[in-house]
Amino acid sequence: MDKIVIENFSIRYSDGVESLRNISLSIPANAVTVLFGPAGGGKSTLLRAINRLNDLADVKETSGRILFNGQNILDPKVDVVELRRKIGMVFSRPVVLPMSIYQNVSYPLELMGEKRKSRLDEAVEKALKRAVLWDEVYDRLHDPATAISGGQQQRLCLARVFALEPEVIMLDEPTSALDPVSTARIEGLMHEIKEEFTIVWVPHNVQQAARMADYAAFFLQGELIEYAEGKKLFVNPKDQRTSDYVTGRFG
Amino acid sequence: MADATLVSSPRRTQEWVINLIIKLSGYSSILFVTLIFIFLMREGLPALRNVPLSSILGERWYPIEGYFSILPLIYGSLVVTVGALLLAIPFGVGTSVFLSEIAPPWMNQIIKPLIEILAGLPSVVLGFLGIQVAAPYLRRLLDLPTGLSAFSGAVLLALIATPTIVSITEDALNTVPSGYRQAALALGATRWQVIWGVTVPAARSGILTAVMLGVGRSIGETMAVMMVTGNAPVLPSGWDFLFTPVRTMTATIASEMGEVANGSTHYQVLFFIGIVLFVISLVVNIVASSVSLRGRTRAERVLS
Repeated sequence: MDKIVIENFSIRYSDGVESLRNISLSIPANAVTVLFGPAGGGKSTLLRAINRLNDLADVKETSGRILFNGQNILDPKVDVVELRRKIGMVFSRPVVLPMSIYQNVSYPLELMGEKRKSRLDEAVEKALKRAVLWDEVYDRLHDPATAISGGQQQRLCLARVFALEPEVIMLDEPTSALDPVSTARIEGLMHEIKEEFTIVWVPHNVQQAARMADYAAFFLQGELIEYAEGKKLFVNPKDQRTSDYVTGRFG
Repeated sequence: MADATLVSSPRRTQEWVINLIIKLSGYSSILFVTLIFIFLMREGLPALRNVPLSSILGERWYPIEGYFSILPLIYGSLVVTVGALLLAIPFGVGTSVFLSEIAPPWMNQIIKPLIEILAGLPSVVLGFLGIQVAAPYLRRLLDLPTGLSAFSGAVLLALIATPTIVSITEDALNTVPSGYRQAALALGATRWQVIWGVTVPAARSGILTAVMLGVGRSIGETMAVMMVTGNAPVLPSGWDFLFTPVRTMTATIASEMGEVANGSTHYQVLFFIGIVLFVISLVVNIVASSVSLRGRTRAERVLS
């Protein structure tokens, strides 16, 4: 089943930087779809279009459609807040909010109006366990979140997304600021839970793309060059440019 | 003599001289503050010897007959300053939130220079406005005997303190990493929730510094308050205290200094008021800098 369907989507910023041209792509549920390619190819732009974070940027024009569960999310009538609760996002640098560990996870629930302490406690514990962080922080939940390590912070960001119980999780180079051990942890974690979510992953290198991809889309300068199952695309790319990039001839 | 080049050269001397000049200008600030402090103490402290404490902490300021109570003056400064801050903080912080979080860039380009102009207006000019516009209006509106009151002073001071609060608060808000805003938005926060729950708390220490500097600015202001507060150094008698005339410490010094005999008791008491002001602004500055230092160490922890 396709969770997100992108149809002839184009976007251009006012300053002309990093735009997307005529992208069509179907992102299946319960799998990891990897968007990869050299920097400036438009991968982050696409993620930000899907959860409408692009609303903040200086966008000149967009065209095409992005369907989420069959509904066009580019429609101005769409409730953006509700959309972002269903499509969680993790950024490349761990962005913990300047509050305690506990509050970081309970914050999105409090935004939804949940005030009951017992519910919040329960949800925080569940989300932290899910992000395999609980054992490391359960005895200092009320310490500032900035006191934990970078890898832990990134898992805290994941826990925060889990707390919302979203349908889609988008990760924009989530391990680019992390050490190899933390990277392996997060990759393993996403691998385990992919059956329950739709995961869209922008990796920060080709190796990670190859490791993670159930499906892979290769972006080059704002165009989707090739989209296929991960196994096919990395072993036997159809397009010469994909082949060159995957084998390390450029990029 | 190959070593000679290593020992000394004109450039080295030049370097040394420049170094010395820079050092001296740095140290001079310490010297000046110390000299001012000593001067204030020398002129003002004898007041404590010549005027009984019961008079200094009495109820009346009437120097000609020997009543030297500074309480009405401290009260005057306090009520005007606190009133000004109650108006200026919400207004100033609101303006900066608008500028840094909501207003489009072109609007920023219009509003910011205007605020800078407001900051640069001589307070005497604002005093004119207070006397000619605000005070008569207030008198008619509330049916008071005079519009020259603590409230008029507070409004005017609020106008004077606001630019300070706005510019520093806005700086603080701008240094909040944009990642915080995006992360909160991505979690389904509305714009208001982001501002109230993330951006403003993250800029807390900067905002506190802004407020403290606003306090300093208003407590030290002389001209405008002298023009619009009615200049009656009395303690309030009832609940209408906001709308009765008061006189601040600064206004007292400014208006009476020219008339006292050098070295008289009255002269000493005026200097003693100066000491009180000095101590108050010292405390405000210390609190402000300790707050902002705490903010910095927290930021360092975030970065490490």
